[in-house]
Amino acid sequence: MSIRIGDPSFETRVQEGIENEFMLESVSSAQGRFRNRKEAASDELGNWEEWRALGEEIRSHTLENIDYYLEQLSDNVAKRGGHVYFAETAEEANAYIQNIVKKKEAKKIVKSKSMVTEEIGLNKAIEEAGAEVVETDLGEWILQLDGDVPSHIVTPALHLNRDQIKDTFTEKRGYDKSNTPEELGLFARKELRKDFLAADIGITGCNFAVAESGAVTFVTNEGNARLATSLPDTQITVMGLERIVPTWEELDVLVSLLTRAAVGQKLTSYITGITGTRLAGEVDGPEEFHLVIVDNGRSKILGTEFQSALHCIRCAACINVCPVYRHVGGHAYGSIYPGPIGAVLTPLLDGYENHKELPHASTLCAACTEACPVKIPLHEHLIRHREIMVENGIAPTGEKLAMNGFVKWSTHPAAYQLSAKLARTALKPWTKNDTIANGPGPLKDWTAQRDFPAPGRQTFRSWFKEREKGGEK
Amino acid sequence: MKVSLFITCMADIFTSNVGKDTVELLERFGCEVDFPETQTCCGQPAYNSGYKENTKKTMKHMMNVFRDSEYVVGPSGSCVAMLRSYEEIFKGDPKWEDEARKLAAKTFELSQFLVDVLGIVDVGSTFKGRVTYHPSCHMTRILGVKEAPVKLLQNVEGVDLVELPQGEDCCGFGGTFAVKQSVISGEMVQEKADHVVETEAEYLVGGDMACLMNIGGRLSREGRNVKVVHLAEILNHH
Repeated sequence: MSIRIGDPSFETRVQEGIENEFMLESVSSAQGRFRNRKEAASDELGNWEEWRALGEEIRSHTLENIDYYLEQLSDNVAKRGGHVYFAETAEEANAYIQNIVKKKEAKKIVKSKSMVTEEIGLNKAIEEAGAEVVETDLGEWILQLDGDVPSHIVTPALHLNRDQIKDTFTEKRGYDKSNTPEELGLFARKELRKDFLAADIGITGCNFAVAESGAVTFVTNEGNARLATSLPDTQITVMGLERIVPTWEELDVLVSLLTRAAVGQKLTSYITGITGTRLAGEVDGPEEFHLVIVDNGRSKILGTEFQSALHCIRCAACINVCPVYRHVGGHAYGSIYPGPIGAVLTPLLDGYENHKELPHASTLCAACTEACPVKIPLHEHLIRHREIMVENGIAPTGEKLAMNGFVKWSTHPAAYQLSAKLARTALKPWTKNDTIANGPGPLKDWTAQRDFPAPGRQTFRSWFKEREKGGEK
Repeated sequence: MKVSLFITCMADIFTSNVGKDTVELLERFGCEVDFPETQTCCGQPAYNSGYKENTKKTMKHMMNVFRDSEYVVGPSGSCVAMLRSYEEIFKGDPKWEDEARKLAAKTFELSQFLVDVLGIVDVGSTFKGRVTYHPSCHMTRILGVKEAPVKLLQNVEGVDLVELPQGEDCCGFGGTFAVKQSVISGEMVQEKADHVVETEAEYLVGGDMACLMNIGGRLSREGRNVKVVHLAEILNHH
């Protein structure tokens, strides 16, 4: 399954992340920029909390009535001359698109940024069908040239700096100019322009589909989705089944939240809505339009306690404030959906087996929950994942024993008091100047990173007892 | 006003000063402080690790301990937030729902109790030194206590309060995270310690022993000359 990326070992991926200084520097400075801009842009709205509440209400209402809105959407797409295909699995979605590629005898396909097509591994499927596929989002294009995968859901090449990008362009495309964003950007535009003009099919993701009109909308800063949908005669849009809004009015609210939460912009440079095919008398639009609605595990989440995970509007605000993400980077998550939302979503879509560590790769600091523009309780979902792993025997036995011990200890005051009293003495062999620098047993992992204080000479409770006896009070 | 002290296991075992200062501070403002001796831990280590059902035993024990208390006050945002969360955890439980709701309503973090319940923003203490404050995650984001500790600190005579850069970022403690994901935790606490050093503060103050133990442990490992103190210690200093 294409949702998985990188080395199968979580520890290995984390270590690779921690050792990648270039990447961490890029991530850290990007997080700083995003956060400041988001704060400024949301302050500007004046009542951000009310907007968040509205965003949550819209997403919640839509997901509660998803069957209705999906039907309305597909009816309206059909009315405008489009084809709708519901793909239950990644394989079904890919097979449907492969079929179009073959039927059209397409040689070249341009694609705008889309996480769901990463999730289903569409590019590989297209190549297998004998066509060339070109990513036209700048970040995605860099990754494609490099044979790399996204580390962030909005800015996929966040882990690379401009020197690395320049090297990639030089090596793969004979680039011979400087590492300035302007020159690099201009080069990419010139290269990609040739692909746009030669493309037989344009494939896009979809930020939101509007049920009342059958439109699909794209929020970009590069305008590439616009070119990908206006130059080729055939357009294919791929969307997760939850990416839907009832009307243009709700779209307005969600886009206002999305652009601010994602990149701290009031609006992005391009917000495009495309409705169906070119009908008689119209001057533009594709000749053929296919909307592929992907389930791939999503409907299993509907109606469960994790339903709000489907509220996600893919803004990455949770990723941009996550201190764990900052220190390991996106690839460490081993999923194309990294950060807090990735840690919640990935086990839901791909099972716990290959992602056991993800729900634990969080301090539950709740910065994500606070940042989310549609109020997904991300850290609470992570706790719930942990509970499910415990309930299903996926949690390690050692941990289970330790936690059983903890519960016994904390429900038996005499045992608790005795251990509190003896703690200092018990740790004496490892204590020097009231500090433990190299602790035994479970303390070992603690002291690998920082010192541990020796328990106090007197517990609080013994002080309190003495004081009461002494009649000080 | 009768207040039961919820000392938290960490402050009980590691730093009895914090408890002493909390008791004296509350008494100074006319509270009659008792200490229910059978109290243990709020249950957070096991609950946050996913052992909800089993941990309910601990939570029930704590609800029994504080059943007759008028107010429950603790020197920790995180542990207090945990006691308050029993309300959500026992929702729908015919026997415990009501108990949990009552406990949540009468339980407060120390600075929250001083400011919101007693209406005190100046405790009249004196503490000389350059101080930076770490606003812990659970204190600010789960319990929602952001301003109370800062207000109290600002009114302490002699305190030169300097802002901690990226203060709202987690220090990397996260309960069992600190040992389970010790490598990531180490990177996070390193960054936090660097920010503390950057402020050139002589004292790092916080309202949660666990975070202070983590950051303090890293500062100590690096031989940094920053003293780590709990909020109660500054507020009860003369």
